[in-house]
Amino acid sequence: MALVHNQEHQMLKESAQGFLREFGSITELRKYRDSEEDFSPLLWPQMVEMGWAAILIPESHGGLGFGQVGMGQIVEQSGRMLTASPLLSTAILGASIINLAGSEEQKAQLLPAVASGQLTTALAVDESAHHAPNNIGLAAEKTAVGFRLTGSKRSVVDGHRADLLIVAARSSGSLGDSKGVSLFLVESKAAGVSIEKMSTVDGRSVANISFDGVEVATEALLGDEELGFRVLSKTLDIGNAHLAAELLGICSEAFERTLQYLKERQQFGVSIGSFQALQHRAAHWWSEIELAKSLVLKCFQALDADDIKAPILVSISKAKLCEVADLSTNEAIQMHGGVGMTDEYDIGFFIKRARPVQALFGGYSYHSDRFASMTGY
Amino acid sequence: MTDLQVFRDETRHWLEEHCPPSMRTPIKTDKDQCWGGRNANYVSDEQKQWMDNMASRGWTAPTWPIEYGGGGLSKAEAKILSEEMNKLKARLPLSSFGIWMIGPALLKFGSEELKLQHLPPIVRGEIRWCQGYSEPNAGSDLAGLQAKAVDMGEHFIANGQKVWTSYGDKADWMFCLLRTDPDAKKQSGISLVLFDMQTPGVTPKPIKLISGSSPFCETFLDDVRVEKNQVVGEINQGWTIAKYLLTHEREMIGGFGLTGAGSQTLGQFAVEALGTEHGRLTDSVLRADVIRWEIDAAAFAVTAERVNDEAKSGQGIGATSAMLKYYGTELNKRRYELMMKLHGNDAMEWEGEASKDGWLPRTWLRTKGNSIEGGTSEVQLNIIAKNILGLG
Repeated sequence: MALVHNQEHQMLKESAQGFLREFGSITELRKYRDSEEDFSPLLWPQMVEMGWAAILIPESHGGLGFGQVGMGQIVEQSGRMLTASPLLSTAILGASIINLAGSEEQKAQLLPAVASGQLTTALAVDESAHHAPNNIGLAAEKTAVGFRLTGSKRSVVDGHRADLLIVAARSSGSLGDSKGVSLFLVESKAAGVSIEKMSTVDGRSVANISFDGVEVATEALLGDEELGFRVLSKTLDIGNAHLAAELLGICSEAFERTLQYLKERQQFGVSIGSFQALQHRAAHWWSEIELAKSLVLKCFQALDADDIKAPILVSISKAKLCEVADLSTNEAIQMHGGVGMTDEYDIGFFIKRARPVQALFGGYSYHSDRFASMTGY
Repeated sequence: MTDLQVFRDETRHWLEEHCPPSMRTPIKTDKDQCWGGRNANYVSDEQKQWMDNMASRGWTAPTWPIEYGGGGLSKAEAKILSEEMNKLKARLPLSSFGIWMIGPALLKFGSEELKLQHLPPIVRGEIRWCQGYSEPNAGSDLAGLQAKAVDMGEHFIANGQKVWTSYGDKADWMFCLLRTDPDAKKQSGISLVLFDMQTPGVTPKPIKLISGSSPFCETFLDDVRVEKNQVVGEINQGWTIAKYLLTHEREMIGGFGLTGAGSQTLGQFAVEALGTEHGRLTDSVLRADVIRWEIDAAAFAVTAERVNDEAKSGQGIGATSAMLKYYGTELNKRRYELMMKLHGNDAMEWEGEASKDGWLPRTWLRTKGNSIEGGTSEVQLNIIAKNILGLG
């Protein structure tokens, strides 16, 4: 398949650009960062209206079945505008994992609700400061009517506002085993679930959630008991591909804003962009972003084609984007000089959003290690 | 069956019949590469046979028009030919600056007379070409070149010195940039001319490199007669063609990032050199370096693919060859630095059987030139900054 965007994808990108400039811009970020909410209550209904919650859901379940490349266009644009929304937690992670693991009944019940904006979800995986999907310790004990969940989850994106939590738990085996992981659908209002909101560096928040003997019915099991890791892993691959796309948006926007600044800012009577020391750094930076762009697209195409190499490409892509994001956000501040340190200038928001995106579901070291392990060294 | 499928079948059968067995094995040393020319040193009869077979169909230059000896293939057919050659592991029948550089320039800018004179012998591997561009005082600032050709009415008389002439001592003809108007502005007084290396007054002298080999020469021009009909394009308009050729060269050198050390990945090379424990390379610091390189190499390969696909579909910015050249050559240097570290003290052997006469350290040293030849990395960054980013 040719490594280019088709016309439909271009159109989706343009409509996302237009919409997010108006409703999901950095002005919104400034407005909501000090409030209880992370974004306007009107944002998600509008996104749903545009069909964004339905993109990854098959047509048979009320979705559009438009695929990862298309969704990636929107996520990249939302990375550029630093837009907070339930896109990742619900439209990407929730829709994907339910579609991959759900019974026909679960899919019929939940997917149309996601597509129509009636249901929001959050995926609860990690239990420590570092991403480790093998190290699921939250216990799922069998009871007469179902399961009892005990343990805790950290840094759950949208965990404090989602209707439904999708929880990775251990029903057998021990920490580090991939076998024995089961997935559960848990109402966020269920008895024994306590949710603590933690505000984060990007002006948003995540949830630390504890499960204190939470009783769920057998029907709450999503997918096969003990065999949840495969689906979880595939969902995380999809998530990481989109996090890479979000980073691409962040890097591209930070670069373009800085390039503009290099042309405008005058010192010694000339624009600072006329200095070779800065030109070479800008040219190298641009080259890195070009590489990043190619990987992100390749990765989405592989996921859409169900290519067996997709997991390797996802890790290469997330690792490279983490590296390019480090470069981009640091260069952006340095090249802006003093104003880059001020809250008044928007450029500082890019580094603050990039770091949580990099760390979520594994940063450079996690994914470079995973890539090497998958290729035999 | 579509025409292309028919072409593929025919091509496969023809290649199976005409590619000798020894030409289906990987190239081991530089000598295995076939350059042709008047003084060709064929390693075997089969090497010559393979070149001649391919040349008889014009397939040493598959997309060139048939009237100039080429294969006359469409891009799609040429792609099929290259795929079928890869399947057979067939070697490149002919390596040639004629095919890669001066040929495309002649096709684009040359007179009918020059095309008919020079292109067919290039296709047949009869004439080997070299490039006379750089001078001792004109490297990155190529347009500052001083070697001159003075108009004598019927012909030019050329004087000056060229340097970094690849295989100048083995080549038969040179395509050469000379100043034909000393009074014009730097770029506008230059012509691209062609002459036989056997013309009196042409003296190539090999330069020994840090790698121990001498693939480059300095070439002295003392009262060399150059015929007027051997000017490519218009007199004093050579800089346009030179720039076209430099872009071409950048693309060629940039591609080395992918293929420099054969089909083995750096990861596999590292596993053979160090071994693994619990599935991981035994040296965790080197492992991290190898991974970083592999990730960048994968990103670079996908980018070359994207640039190619974008060009085909009319998208993209077109000026990316500077980026590919910059990134590809820096990658290749990093690769050989890592290969040296992975082999430790063994990598230091300069002569001897175990190291195939120091293949690794010599190649490693040779890669240092990648980011200098064809425009330094710094020049590529200048091009990106000015032409793509609009920084001035």
